[in-house]
Amino acid sequence: MTTMTDQDLQARVQAAREKLDQHTFEIVQWHFHESTGCPFWLEKKKSLNFDPLRDIRTYEDLQKFPTFEDEWLRGGPVERWRPKAFADRPTFVFETGGTTGVPKSRVVVEDHRIDYELFSDTLPDQYFPRNSNWLMLGPSGPRRLRLAVEHLCQYRGGICFCIDLDPRWVIKLIKKGWMEHLEAYKQHCIDQAITILTAGHSIKCMFATPKLLDSLCLALEERGLTLKELGVTGIFSGGTEFTPQWTRYCVEELLGGPPEESGIYMTPTYGNTLMGLACSKPISAAEKYKISYYAPQPRAVTEVVSFEDHNQVVGFGETGRVKLTTLTKEFFVPGFLERDEGEREEPCDRYPWPGVSGVRPFHQLAESTTVGVY
Amino acid sequence: MIELSPLRWGRPYESLETIDVSHFATGEPIAKIGTVNGGIVTRDLRQADKAREVLRQFSIDDLIERAGRAAELFESATLAVGSGAQSPDDFVLQQSASTGLPEHMCRSNMQKNAFVLKNMRQILDALTRGLDLNILSRGYGKESRDVIVSFQAQAGALGAVLPNNSPGVHTLWMPVVPLQIGLALKPGSQEPWTAYRITAAFAEAGIPPECISLYPGGHDVGQAILGGCQRSMIFGSLQTVAQYAGNPKVQVHGPGFSKIFLGDDCVDRWPDFLDVMVESILSNGGRSCINASNVFASRHTREIAEALAERLGPVEPLPPNDPQAALAAFTTPGMGAAVWKMLESDLNEAGVEHLTESYGPRLVEHERYAFLRPMIVHADSPDRGIVSKEFMFPFASVVACPQAEMIKRSGYTLVGTAITENEHWIQQLADATSIDRLNVGPIPTNRLNWLQPHEGNLIDFLFRSRALQVAAPHPALANV
Repeated sequence: MTTMTDQDLQARVQAAREKLDQHTFEIVQWHFHESTGCPFWLEKKKSLNFDPLRDIRTYEDLQKFPTFEDEWLRGGPVERWRPKAFADRPTFVFETGGTTGVPKSRVVVEDHRIDYELFSDTLPDQYFPRNSNWLMLGPSGPRRLRLAVEHLCQYRGGICFCIDLDPRWVIKLIKKGWMEHLEAYKQHCIDQAITILTAGHSIKCMFATPKLLDSLCLALEERGLTLKELGVTGIFSGGTEFTPQWTRYCVEELLGGPPEESGIYMTPTYGNTLMGLACSKPISAAEKYKISYYAPQPRAVTEVVSFEDHNQVVGFGETGRVKLTTLTKEFFVPGFLERDEGEREEPCDRYPWPGVSGVRPFHQLAESTTVGVY
Repeated sequence: MIELSPLRWGRPYESLETIDVSHFATGEPIAKIGTVNGGIVTRDLRQADKAREVLRQFSIDDLIERAGRAAELFESATLAVGSGAQSPDDFVLQQSASTGLPEHMCRSNMQKNAFVLKNMRQILDALTRGLDLNILSRGYGKESRDVIVSFQAQAGALGAVLPNNSPGVHTLWMPVVPLQIGLALKPGSQEPWTAYRITAAFAEAGIPPECISLYPGGHDVGQAILGGCQRSMIFGSLQTVAQYAGNPKVQVHGPGFSKIFLGDDCVDRWPDFLDVMVESILSNGGRSCINASNVFASRHTREIAEALAERLGPVEPLPPNDPQAALAAFTTPGMGAAVWKMLESDLNEAGVEHLTESYGPRLVEHERYAFLRPMIVHADSPDRGIVSKEFMFPFASVVACPQAEMIKRSGYTLVGTAITENEHWIQQLADATSIDRLNVGPIPTNRLNWLQPHEGNLIDFLFRSRALQVAAPHPALANV
């Protein structure tokens, strides 16, 4: 027998799907209209065997596009990615990769702000208090994350402190096998963080990568300190190292227990420069620290697709490759195959659309991928 | 199927991530191993000194007795290992199934490990050169010649990053516990069995479980052990050796490049030593660092190579339960073929001749695994690329080289068996720093005397000899 709750959820799932179809239609109209689209897609339109303005009406229709190749994002002119409608707007460029060769770049006007404002709505005020200061313990330089976290903090009324961290140098150290230098560089980052945290700035919230959070907690412990004693109550973190095992270790051993015991709430996230930020359902020991991510639909969609047929979504609970779609007025990515795999998750109350859990490096690429570098 | 949990100073840890271990031939699951992440290891290792504290509540003498009991249990008892009970036969079957090593070789390695545990007193006596072991326990004391000496432990626990698939290396870390030093081990992903079974035997023999940690996991676990232990050992490739060269905290065990040197005074009698050569190359499936990978001689080299090929070339893979099985399987998919491809490239060099070719294909591939049958090549000079190669199967190059140049041109040698009675040359071999263990006379390279140090003296690695003076008379001298 179907319960009312199931019916409610089904209705919400249906509504979300309709909203996604409508949003897809609007975004495609925007990117492929001569007056608003960016030079890249307007040029690309000429080589397509369909007319996006006429033939893309639903999200499903996006399968008509060839798979997005992130290589298209390398090199200039970067302006080819800027929609004509935003030609006179101040524009950022954020880079990804770039340890060797030309990095991939994405132009942004305010997507990073919108994405993180939406993310802000998911943060519990009890642990991420409004008007409190933040520490950004993650990559700096031409990364979206640094400005995004700073905006998140400012949006919530605080001031954000940052450190210097160059992930490209970190990757070079790993590839060269200079582990001693790697350790020294990590220590350099942690020293900066501890200096800020102990300087009387009343920092209550922070972003940290898993590795840096681990190192920070251990370094504090050596000094006889804890994050709790320093007043930190909310941490948001991200990366494919966020396995249930690591999360359990983090919650139980680094933070001192679940939020109700330790007073510290930690939320994993999953994302990148192309997509934005997918949030996690709250994690708990009862669910064996399972981490399920949900994209900020309709602005971005994560699907779990068959390894063989990238247009075929796998069943719930089944394993497949993560496919991202970005649908904002600034950036259109109709299906990009991530370097990750995972299991497809059922929609839930908070996020009435499918999610992905168990995210890890795609097994066929895992050996050549350097993960968790900072 | 057995489930093995990480042990954090004796406490089982319920991991949320596991590695599946499968039978190399059938793919049938054998074990599920829980893993930890590097952070857990780093945090635990801060408590390493407690392991020594716990062990110091027992005398070294007592621990040696308990190690002896553990040896018997290891060899003959059904022990509580992980989620199940494991008999010696279970152990052999499990180890053979995951490593590809024939069962009789697993039994042989088991006996070797038990032998070291049983003979711990003699081994420690030899390694300490007869030191009163209470001096190691207390840190200082008076020797029989009435001189105060001090040996200070440099670590509360020894870390060891064990190889993925070599059951023969465990004797190196076993003496650590009787020396009142704890252990933090990363077991091999395909050979977790020995570390877990010895830990279970120690516990059954009354050695406190909280002195041992077992940390299955990925590369980050190895890094955390090496970074967090004041003394650790790692087993790896030449690259690993280079990475830790000169690091006083890490003892590296890399490829052995063990060799047989035939002196000019004995080489004309080479058929007398053929059995020694065959055993040195073939024993333990040719998988050990103590297997010979070269035979150096100034003359008769082609005849020697032909004779070795005649003995080794026909050796064929047999089922793992066959007592005559002499070869171990390559259990990692594609590895056997990859090794063969490397060899094919080396064989193309002028001056290199493959003598086992006429005995049939060397690479024997199956769906999930492969074998490489024994291989003997002849090299007309030590300069040939193949001379400096060592593989995980019975492989040796017979190298033509004048005796006067052998030491200089043979490179690093873990075990060097010099078949000669030339005293002048024996002296030169004894002085050669490129040779770690030297056997003088026809001793197979695989026959180790356990009363001798192996790749560095464990005592020197774990304890620092330093000065300690006590004003006399003083209470500190009362019981010394």
